[in-house]
Amino acid sequence: MTEVTELSRPEGEAPGTKEVLLNLGPQHPSTHGVLRLVLELDGEYVTRVDPHIGYLHRGTEKLAESFTYTQIFPLTDRLDYVCPPSNNLAFALAVEKLLGIEAPIRAQYIRVMMAELARISGHLLITGALPMDLGAMTALLYAMREREMIMDLLEMVTGARMHTSFCRVGGVREDLPEGFLPKIREFCDIFPNRIRDYERLLEDNRVFLRRTQGIGVIAEKDAIDLGLSGPNLRASGVDWDIRRDEPYEIYDRLDFNVITRDEGDCYARWRCRVEEMRESIRIIEQCLEQMPEGPFQVDMPTIAFPVDKDRVHCSMEALIQHFDLSAYGFKVPKGEVYSAIEAPKGELGFYIISDGSPKPFRMKVRAPSFVNLQALFGVTNARYLADMIAVLGSLDPVMAEVDK
Amino acid sequence: MSAETPLNRAPIMERFGEAIEDIGFTHGVHAFVAPPDIIVELCRFLKEHPALQFNFLSDICGVDHYPEAPRYEVVYHLYSLPNKWRVRIKCRLGDPPRAPSVTEVWRTANWHEREAWDMYGIRFEGHPDLRRIYMWEGFEGFPQRKDFPLRGYRDELNPFGAEGPRPTQPDLATRDIPTGGRVTPET
Repeated sequence: MTEVTELSRPEGEAPGTKEVLLNLGPQHPSTHGVLRLVLELDGEYVTRVDPHIGYLHRGTEKLAESFTYTQIFPLTDRLDYVCPPSNNLAFALAVEKLLGIEAPIRAQYIRVMMAELARISGHLLITGALPMDLGAMTALLYAMREREMIMDLLEMVTGARMHTSFCRVGGVREDLPEGFLPKIREFCDIFPNRIRDYERLLEDNRVFLRRTQGIGVIAEKDAIDLGLSGPNLRASGVDWDIRRDEPYEIYDRLDFNVITRDEGDCYARWRCRVEEMRESIRIIEQCLEQMPEGPFQVDMPTIAFPVDKDRVHCSMEALIQHFDLSAYGFKVPKGEVYSAIEAPKGELGFYIISDGSPKPFRMKVRAPSFVNLQALFGVTNARYLADMIAVLGSLDPVMAEVDK
Repeated sequence: MSAETPLNRAPIMERFGEAIEDIGFTHGVHAFVAPPDIIVELCRFLKEHPALQFNFLSDICGVDHYPEAPRYEVVYHLYSLPNKWRVRIKCRLGDPPRAPSVTEVWRTANWHEREAWDMYGIRFEGHPDLRRIYMWEGFEGFPQRKDFPLRGYRDELNPFGAEGPRPTQPDLATRDIPTGGRVTPET
């Protein structure tokens, strides 16, 4: 799977000291997707790392320029495919800011709840996958068991397990289905104990600790300089969470802690995510408690699809409205907006320039994984090739988001 | 959309008042227009001034305003972690587009600038390693420019691409690439 190329040995150099160029990836289980790392090795020591990305580049930003705003939602699903509801939310918020509208309160609660489910699902994957990269298979299997419960919940609400496309500009696609609330309450009851299980599996595991504690340290100053965000930044001791510091939706009504660690090593990043899952459960529980009844879409026929599908089949006006929105979209006032949310991986920002037409003139995605991957240049104490794997796993890049 | 800006503009306007244009506060971000030659100075000032502390570079974005002139634009989004302010700096560039690199101010600018170079052909002068990042080495053209067809150009690998000659691009990626230094992790 990896291909070793030997560099020609300079004249007069003793045998056994030559540098080796190791090509890790693009198809390698521990690169979490199609990432290619060109590593320069001196024996077992890594002397240089050069990440090559772009194997999954689909031109999301270019494509978005030819899509209407509603059509872009499925594109955003495919950025960070581990937690699509967050991406949908980030995009919807950006467009809503341009339009100067806000989703109804119930829709905001539903969106936040979905985004937190997505956060748990994203964090679960890496909580399990990092130990697997280091040789501990068990945690991943348990994590996948719980992730399946989240997938079932997402499927219940959206009809899709992965690419949910659930948000709409001005609300969500549909209301929560019957029977959903008991299911999610059951999940909230079970899950905290399961988090305890993962911790018990790993926090006293000497191999796991030796492979992660003190390895791949990113200092606070470097972390900010390299533009890290999300759990990766908080694990280096920076207390910044967009949910708390620039509250969007209804986060200012919720009570949750921002988890920070001071060590900045691989273990701290893993630990941050584990504890964030607990906070997410608290947020979901509060959402369930506070969620009011009411509409789930704005009452603006020019923007929102007709809620009552039967009307579309019987009334000409509703049919025209539906057709108009599907075929031509809605016009968004001229202007530009940068809107960022705290996605599971970090600051997910959408910068949209609108020229007043139903399609964005320019859409730029500030993808957290893309920026976080640059931390490979800022880590210290990751001498060995095996440490590189631990660092990469703990940074949690999703290649679909890196490559956009 | 509140019209009241939280940003402390006084030090910026005092220092750069003549060179930059304040275009106001919309959707939570205060925006300025600046010419390319003062970008590095402005960024460093915003980052290091004790009352501002824009220490976090969120994003660098290339824009193509074809067929308007000046055609290109590079947009910086900065965030101040201590003050929780956001600032946008917009900088129009001619054709071929050239801008100074801010990698000296923030290391995170490295990949953002490589992306803008790859997609729009904006050359960042002083960048240590300005290679393509998404497209492969040897790819011709800059795919996110407005005059680059959505499906690419027709060739043996792309039967659905657009017909016609490729637009002349004086700044092709395959030529004249600054080699630059290598970025090495501290081990």
